[in-house]
Amino acid sequence: MGKPETIIEKIWNKHVVHQEAGKPDLLYIDQHLVHEVTSPQAFEGLRIANRKVRRPDLTYATMDHNVPTKDRHVIKDEISKKQMETLKKNCEDFGIKLADMFHPDQGIVHVIGPQLGLTQPGKTIVCGDSHTSTHGAFGALAFGIGTSEVEHVLATQTIWQEKPKTLNVKVEGNLGPGVTAKDLILAIIGKFGVRFGTGYVMEFTGEAIRKLSMEGRMTICNMSIEGGARAGLISPDQTTVDYLEGREYVPSGKEFEKVATEWLDLATDDGAEYDETVIIHADEIEPQVTWGTNPGMCVPIGGSTPIIADVDHKEDVKRALEYMGLAENQPITSIEIDHVFIGSCTNSRLSDLQKAASIIQGRKVKDGVKAIVVPGSFSVKLQAEKIGLDHVFTEAGFEWRESGCSMCLGMNDDIVPPGGRCASTSNRNFEGRQGNGARTHLVSPEMAAAAAIEGHFVDVRQFAGVPN
Amino acid sequence: MEAIKEHKGLVLPLDRSNIDTDQIIPKQFLKRIERTGFGQYLFYNWRFDDDGNPQEDFALNQPQYQKSSILIAGENFGCGSSREHAPWALDDYGFKVIIAPSFADIFYNNALKNGIILIKMEEEQLNKWMLKAEESSFVLSVDLKNQQITDDTGNVIDFEIPEYHKEKLMNGWDDIALTLLQEDKITAYENLTSVN
Ligand code: SF4
Repeated sequence: MGKPETIIEKIWNKHVVHQEAGKPDLLYIDQHLVHEVTSPQAFEGLRIANRKVRRPDLTYATMDHNVPTKDRHVIKDEISKKQMETLKKNCEDFGIKLADMFHPDQGIVHVIGPQLGLTQPGKTIVCGDSHTSTHGAFGALAFGIGTSEVEHVLATQTIWQEKPKTLNVKVEGNLGPGVTAKDLILAIIGKFGVRFGTGYVMEFTGEAIRKLSMEGRMTICNMSIEGGARAGLISPDQTTVDYLEGREYVPSGKEFEKVATEWLDLATDDGAEYDETVIIHADEIEPQVTWGTNPGMCVPIGGSTPIIADVDHKEDVKRALEYMGLAENQPITSIEIDHVFIGSCTNSRLSDLQKAASIIQGRKVKDGVKAIVVPGSFSVKLQAEKIGLDHVFTEAGFEWRESGCSMCLGMNDDIVPPGGRCASTSNRNFEGRQGNGARTHLVSPEMAAAAAIEGHFVDVRQFAGVPN
Repeated sequence: MEAIKEHKGLVLPLDRSNIDTDQIIPKQFLKRIERTGFGQYLFYNWRFDDDGNPQEDFALNQPQYQKSSILIAGENFGCGSSREHAPWALDDYGFKVIIAPSFADIFYNNALKNGIILIKMEEEQLNKWMLKAEESSFVLSVDLKNQQITDDTGNVIDFEIPEYHKEKLMNGWDDIALTLLQEDKITAYENLTSVN
């Protein structure tokens, strides 16, 4: 046997098409996912240069960022409408499969890839979207690209990439009850900052990661980009194989057994070395809430906002508190919210909705709180309705919507008004992300559900035990 | 992409770290299907209030920074969303050079593809320039070939940039055309691995 390797090196080496000293490597791309916002200019570029899409069969498109989550047929905004029509035309012209707004496979691009089984271990996957890192949960090397790169991949099915450094994010011990994958990734970014992963591909390892479901792993990898890493991944294991078996684009029968063995072989070898390792102890992690304007600005639910005199980046903290309309040293549980958003590619899969529903069951959303649930895909919505989750939510006072990105970035009508405050299961709490002047607090689906009921943040671990 | 070998211009100081692409170009402007015309929306939420009036305390609105073309900012510039609309907006507004202690990975690539020179500079030097630019109008000259920046007093500071990036910027190369030179290898790869 050769030198022990990480999964990152294994996938990389397998995909190098061309290598030259002093230049990035030319990597082959196995799967290209496309959506309406970052692709129009790329297709336009192809047309101008009279180029074709090299592998339409390895390309798959959907509409998610801009789609209405109410009254699908009525797109009031003419420019949004044009963007979606443009994608449709581009897919027709270039022979690309498209799950449009009314297609049963429609959904947030990072939800449908795994759901359809397009996402598989060992693949290189790109998309004009930074949360492409989500697909790394399956042991794929998946990263976000810009529109020029989208055009490049469409034309050549390859991309120039500097070989990244490898970073082992080792999670020791186990998560306590009521503490979720979302809390874990927020705690990781809270501890190491929003750029500790810059220039690296992160691999998440350790006991707590092994015990996570595929949904939990997707939540973790989804937010690697918030820690600065273009890609984050998790070595495949039996959980990965079981999740993928029977999905539309996954081979079946004998062929499945063969690929499953190959997938398991991709896992990082014992003794493989990383360029860098960081360690975090899962047992110490509590439910997290962000208080500021980047995902690293977060504290445990029992904590308070920072005291400016005690921190390093005083100006940043001061500006963030000001924007968020919060005082120094303010207890997190005292923060009242008026919006709740359960959705986004971080937390909108069936198990996320089930967990939120288990908190909400038989309770009511606090007066004055506007709460919405936006399933990650059309299929998630249908499955949830089959088991009656829509009723649990609507009876409590939540709105039950069609799938899409929605209030995660507020490109459609789903926005938080200026000065509004939202408990959100999404991944970015940047200034204005959910609407100009909107204030976002990132939390797990369970914590968002509990906040909806109480009207302020509460520790869901105590909450869940309280009789209705 | 246009070739760029050197650039002399007025400096805009933005002393904030983690400036994300949502700030550079807010989402309401991502609906356009063109590559051009984004400059008017650059830093929109910082530049304008809710009614669309200019916010006077934001540097870009102050008379002494009109026509600035070199941006200096804090660490992790361009983090967040992969939207290439961010470099399109910067370029369209007229920024040719951005200097910061560090850049987010995706933004770095996107900017490079649009012919913007990104220079990583250690904080100590950067802060000196930041202060100068905050005090009064301040001009820097960037010489990409020799990897040097000259300030208005004739001080010369060297900077690092990967050779390959420099070459691309100076020649204004089209990436796709370059890649297609490797067409045979791509086809061979496809045949060998039967990507299907
Ligand atoms: S849900 Fe949010 S983060 Fe995810 S792809 Fe959509 S806009 Fe991006």
